Amino acid sequence: MTTRPRPTSPHLSVYRFTITMTTSIVHRVTGGALYVSSALLALWLAAAAIGGSVFDGVNALYGSWFGMLVLFGYTWALFQHLFGGIRHFIWDSGNGFEPGKREAIAWGNWAASAALTLLVWIVFVWIG
Amino acid sequence: MVELRLPKNSRPTAGKTWPKPKDTSKLREFQIYRYDPDSGDNPRIDTYFVDTGDCGPMILDALLWIKNKVDPTLTLRRSCREGICGSCSMNINGLNTLACTHGMDESTGTIKVYPLPHMPVVKDLVPDLTNFYAQHRAIEPWLKTTSPTPDTEWKQSIEDRAKLDGLYECILCACCSTSCPSYWWNGEKYLGPAALLQAYRWLIDSRDETQDERLGDLEDPFKLYRCHTIMNCAKVCPKGLNPAKAIAEIKKMMVERRAA
Repeated sequence: MTTRPRPTSPHLSVYRFTITMTTSIVHRVTGGALYVSSALLALWLAAAAIGGSVFDGVNALYGSWFGMLVLFGYTWALFQHLFGGIRHFIWDSGNGFEPGKREAIAWGNWAASAALTLLVWIVFVWIG
Repeated sequence: MVELRLPKNSRPTAGKTWPKPKDTSKLREFQIYRYDPDSGDNPRIDTYFVDTGDCGPMILDALLWIKNKVDPTLTLRRSCREGICGSCSMNINGLNTLACTHGMDESTGTIKVYPLPHMPVVKDLVPDLTNFYAQHRAIEPWLKTTSPTPDTEWKQSIEDRAKLDGLYECILCACCSTSCPSYWWNGEKYLGPAALLQAYRWLIDSRDETQDERLGDLEDPFKLYRCHTIMNCAKVCPKGLNPAKAIAEIKKMMVERRAA
């Protein structure tokens, strides 16, 4: 008789997402996105060092609607990951594990990143 | 390893819809994961209708009603039916819990029942917990001492005993460990919330004299540090325990041990 390997029971496809779980996944994703988008910053700095038409070209690219969209996402990812770090700092210190509190901390992460992203864009882009 | 999709042999197919009971209007629909190891087929999702007027209020009551009145082949573990044996743990409507302490009135609509997530399935709702138990064994869940055994019992102050509250009550149902995405991806190397809660229970026992050795055993990139405070464990524990908090306390002890 040959034995078949046992099937693995369903996981992601059936599990009900919780806010703490979602925030954790997004922390991982924004961390990866920041790694890649650092190249955008490096490119802009390099273009500024070269100056002239190269700098104008990069500025035009970043100033296009698509460039602005990416930069807006970059700003949000930066704040989401930054406040995620503070969230982890709170939990690593042994605080905020109670039911309700842990969810509030995760929601706070989202609220803070949304608020700071809008603030930065209002002050430095849309008004400035 | 992160594997978002199930392996080919594990993907559930549409199953059978069993007949509705007659002469009742109190029907509740159940969609239940079925796997028959003897058939050679993939797992499937069967649909059943339970007469809630003829059945107790809990999910376990409904499952046993199905087993007794509709389909005797439905396979599940259960024993105490009062939340202390930890046998009937399963995934109900997307969250892990005990079927015996979860009421049908805690949700509306169709009730979806799966085995504990990301585990090898023996049959239907019965997962293979061999690895889970081996991990509990690995943290050496017993009193370890170096000083001579006293003539009477090992004594402990009331304050020190109180430190074990919220830890010793664990019934090893595996709801927490199998709710943890980190455990899904690294279950072979990461000990998981249940084993780590017990590790902490022995680390802070005032009578145990091997704290440093126990911490040394956990100093590993995977065993302890795959916990990323996802918090699913604390949310689902049917005994209201907090493995996430216990793991955070172990991490703090690790820092103090390194600084010492």
